[in-house]
Parts: sequence; structure tokens; C-alpha cells
Amino acid sequence: MSVSQMMKQLIGGMGVSIQIFVVTLVFSLPLGLLISFGRMSKNPVIRNVTKGYISIMRGTPLMLQLMVVYFGPFYLFGIRIGNSYRLWAVFIGFVINYAAYFAEIYRSGIQSMPAGQYEAAQILGYSRAQTFFKIILPQVMKRILPAVTNEIITLVKDTSLAFTLSVMEMFTVAKALAAKGTMIPFVAAGIFYYVFNLIVALAMEMLEKKMDYYR
Amino acid sequence: MSILTMNHIEKSFGNVQVLKDISLSVKDGEILSIIGPSGSGKSTLLRCATMLETMDRGEILYRGTKAVWSDENGSICYAPKKELKEIQGLYGLVFQNFNLFPHYSVMKNITDAPIHVQKRDRDQVISEAKKLLKKMGLEDKADAYPCQLSGGQCQRVAIARALALNPQILFFDEPTSALDPELTGEVLKVIRSLADLNIAMVIVTHEMAFARDISDRVIFMADGVIVEEGTPKEVFASDNERTQSFLGRYGEMLK
Repeated sequence: MSVSQMMKQLIGGMGVSIQIFVVTLVFSLPLGLLISFGRMSKNPVIRNVTKGYISIMRGTPLMLQLMVVYFGPFYLFGIRIGNSYRLWAVFIGFVINYAAYFAEIYRSGIQSMPAGQYEAAQILGYSRAQTFFKIILPQVMKRILPAVTNEIITLVKDTSLAFTLSVMEMFTVAKALAAKGTMIPFVAAGIFYYVFNLIVALAMEMLEKKMDYYR
Repeated sequence: MSILTMNHIEKSFGNVQVLKDISLSVKDGEILSIIGPSGSGKSTLLRCATMLETMDRGEILYRGTKAVWSDENGSICYAPKKELKEIQGLYGLVFQNFNLFPHYSVMKNITDAPIHVQKRDRDQVISEAKKLLKKMGLEDKADAYPCQLSGGQCQRVAIARALALNPQILFFDEPTSALDPELTGEVLKVIRSLADLNIAMVIVTHEMAFARDISDRVIFMADGVIVEEGTPKEVFASDNERTQSFLGRYGEMLK
């Protein structure tokens, strides 16, 4: 196989990796906020259910979770699973796993907010929703940005775990190509993940700078 | 007419009773100072009046309308939501540590609630805010952020923010306790200048000379009760033992 053919396949894998990355972020960030509300709920049932959920998501390997999401429907409910479900299983597995981590990051940010901000908003007559979305959340975002950056960088590398379900993302492709007796695909994959994360880190740094206008 | 009436307020934190059967009322445009040692319940009283804290027993009325009260079973009842919202529009509170919104500019801190809570016309609110800033001596700080301001400037912005909602009664919870003497002076000057706005003011303060000069009435609180109440002259010249021991050399100086 020529190098250019190899590159073509690797670039295809790159596209799938980026797809997993984007889908995971777009859905797990808002879902994580919702879960953090559940985690801080006054209702003990909701609180403990979300607590258990987060505990399981953080306490078991993502690789295993992907398997459960993929094979679960068949072994639990006898539903026949098609090949097209592979990528969906990866999306679902990643989103529910990352949402759990983001939920805890949101919670740390929300609970670090001084009570005075809530009190001032209450005195000024803001509704609960206004208080959260106008006063609290923007400040929380600034506080949690470094922790979120960490998580996103991990996500870039974690997309390679999709190889568990033989989804043809970057790492799966590289592994298959390398089996033919060349190191080049691994080198290319390494460069891809590194450059991807370099871009992520730069983008997050810019975002942090943008929020630097206040303390 | 009384803008605020508090009857038989009681409040405990755990086993400590912080407010023991406190009753007071504030007339329209009246300036009332509450003085007393730390831990005497002054701040808690303000926090109950502004509904940041839930009292255990008693009733609070704004303009004769019950806002919060305890029923015969001792449970706390609030006025219906709509009424409560109107009542909350009557009062403002200036905090000891300002509690400005750090992510908003000075201008937005002042104008956001009038525009988005009271739904008033944006341009009118902004022009009123500019006047308020001028009154506070901060006309050049409209675009600054709180972190760029001194403590005294922050507190003046907080006062402007409270005034922008056109309250009829304004509470001050030790507005200068976080400031050094120089900054204290500039904030007190601003509060003094509000006296002619005909807004009732309830000021919890440790600035004795200020309380004496500005107030129509002074309340001295200790250990959760009102020990003395009267004109500044009466309270500062009191021969009540507890008052005397608190005022100490201030009493002597001010006599």
C-alpha cells in the first residue's frame, strides 16, 4: 500500500475522531449541567440517583461502558443490533461518561460561588432563573474553565477508545495499517492527537484571556 | 405613615436566640440608625426585614401590608407571590461587602435590574443611572469593572445600584465596615447626600458620629433586644448603664 493511500485512510479516521469529539462536547456539556442540578437537588431520591450514576460512570472504565452500551440492547432485551449502531453506541457511551465528569466540575464551580451574589440578586428582584443564568453561570464558567480544559484534552485522546467497537476512527485505522508492518501510521496518529490538543489548549487559553477582564 | 413595621420578631440560630421580641417601625423618609455591639442582632434584624433570613416568630409589614408573619401554629407565612414581588420593590439593601456583580461593568450593575426586572425603558434607565453616578462622584467609571475600583468606589456603585430601583426604604448593613477611614469618609458623605431624597433609611453602623449627625432616631441594641430608642441626643446622652458602657469614650466625646 502506498503512503498516499495510507494517508487517505488515516484522514478518514481523523474525520470520525473529530466527529466523536464534537458530538461528545455538544451533548455532554449541557447534560452535565442538568446532572449537576440533580446532584445538588434537595430531593434525596434525585440526589442519590445522580450520585450513584456519577459514581458508576467515574468508577468503571470507559472501554467497558462502551461495550455495555453496544452489546447491552442485545443481551438485555434481545434487540438485534446492526453495524450502523456502532458509531451511535460510541456517541452515547462518550456523552453519558463525560456528562458525569462535567457534572462534578459544574458542581464545584456552582458551590464555590459566594452566597452574597445570590443575596444581591434576590434583593434586586431577579427571578431564580435570571439569577442563575445572568449572575451565577457566567462566573461559574470562568471558574471552571481550567478544569474543563483538562477534561477536553483527555477527551481528544479518549476518542481512540472507540477502537473497542471497531469504529474506524484515527486510532483504529492506524492500528489496522500498522499491522501490515509499518510504524508510519502510529507516528501519524501521534502527531494528529498532539496537534489536535495543541489547538484545543490554544483555543481554551484564548477563551480564558477573553474572560480575564474581571476577577 | 409607616413604610416598615416589625412586630415581635424572634430569631434563633441553633440554641442562641439572636432576636428577642423586637418591634420597631420606620416612617416615610425617616433616617434610623441601629447601633450596638457586634453580635447584638443588628444585621440579623436587617436580614429578616429584607427576607434574606427567615424569622422564627413575629410579623413584618410594608406600608401596612403583611409581607411575612407567623401563624398560630408558629409556621412562617409569606404574602402571595404577586404581592410579595411588589413589596420587594419597596426596599433596597446595601451590603457590608458590596456584592457587586464582578462580570458586569459599573453601568450594567446599576441598569440591569431596572431594565430586566422592572422592565423599564432602557434609555431612560441609562440616563437616570448616569445622573446617579454623577451624584456618587463616579461619572467617569461607568465602563469600569468592580475589580478596577477601590472599596469606597465599589460601595458607592452598590448604593447607586440600590437607588436605581427607586426604593422607598433603603437598608444599609454596616456599609463602611470593610473600608479604611479615608474610604469610609467618602461613602458616609454620599449617604449623607441621600438624606434629602426623602427615602427612608435604616442604617446599621459602628460610625457613632455619623449616626448622631444623620439620624432622626437611633436604636441601641444589645443581646437581641432594643435597649434604648430615641433621638440621637437622647440615646447618646443616656445614663443607661449598658448604653454608656458601649458608647464609652464616644459618649463622652459626643455629649
